[in-house]
Amino acid sequence: MKLTVLTVIVGLLLLVVIFELLRRRQLREKYAVLWIAVGLSVVPLAVFPRGLDAVAGLIGVASGASLVLFLAVLLLLLICTHLSWEVSRLEEETRTLAEEIALVRTRLAELDSREISNDQR
Amino acid sequence: MTSDKRVLVIIPAYNEGETIGKVIAEVRAELPAYDVLVVDDGSTDDTAEVARAAGATVTVLPYNLGVGGARRLGYLYALRHQYDIAVQVDADGQHDPRNVSALVAALDEADLVIGARFAGEGSYSARGPRWWAMSLLSFVLSKMAGTKLTDTTSGFRACGRPLIAGYARWLPVEYLGDTIDTAVWAIRHGYTVRQVPVAMRARMAGTPSASPVKAAVYLFRSMITLLLALVRK
Repeated sequence: MKLTVLTVIVGLLLLVVIFELLRRRQLREKYAVLWIAVGLSVVPLAVFPRGLDAVAGLIGVASGASLVLFLAVLLLLLICTHLSWEVSRLEEETRTLAEEIALVRTRLAELDSREISNDQR
Repeated sequence: MTSDKRVLVIIPAYNEGETIGKVIAEVRAELPAYDVLVVDDGSTDDTAEVARAAGATVTVLPYNLGVGGARRLGYLYALRHQYDIAVQVDADGQHDPRNVSALVAALDEADLVIGARFAGEGSYSARGPRWWAMSLLSFVLSKMAGTKLTDTTSGFRACGRPLIAGYARWLPVEYLGDTIDTAVWAIRHGYTVRQVPVAMRARMAGTPSASPVKAAVYLFRSMITLLLALVRK
């Protein structure tokens, strides 16, 4: 029973944190949806830890807890991969911006020096 | 022959304040008709000022991207300013500007010309894992290109408009990607690649990496780069 209380509290806490981040616009919705889905599916499991035993039995996993653990690891791996992908994309985007800034600054310096030589004429 | 074409010499530089002035002066003395662009890759020294004083156009990246990043910006500049030919030259003085006209001349028969260090000229040599890596690379790329390519990691290159456009959009920022990957990319997109023998000079400053550990890492990384380049979509 104690364990159930603990897991329920953790699950609810997760939901509150995500909601709060969303409310403060610290988290883009596309990520929030994922975490809210995770939170919402974890809380019922915290109340009924045996809830997944039947499903686990169907696919040959000894207990629901093992199934949850397996799915959790899988989910985290996928999320890590997704974040790496996202970071790579962001780096490519900042690289493009850096190039544009460099070109704009070069052009600006060119125009400046042209203006100065015009002034001197 | 190629005198009516607009040529841009691209020199990527990261903290090369010591040598960049001399390199630019040499290039301008040897090739007065060519424009010189120095891409300052977020240097913390006076590279940009020295280069500007030496008469080059300078474009400064706001932070360090790595040599591939600097090169892509060079090609983007060449593309936007509609240059016909772009020549890559290193800022450390290894590449002799007297070879540039040979590279540009060879563009009449090829889309990408690589200045090769092991093709007879000069005394550049490599040993151990670095040599294995370079041999394997040149074997694979020579087979692919249908011509002898002995120095695929050379940064001394020249290319024309189609590849300028390609590299401006695509050139990878990864270590070694800017040399191996770009050559493989050109071959796989049906461009002709040729090499021209050049003599490499000693660097004016700085030390080349020669430790065995670094050589082994180099071997490993170049193999990964080659493998990825070969299977890329």
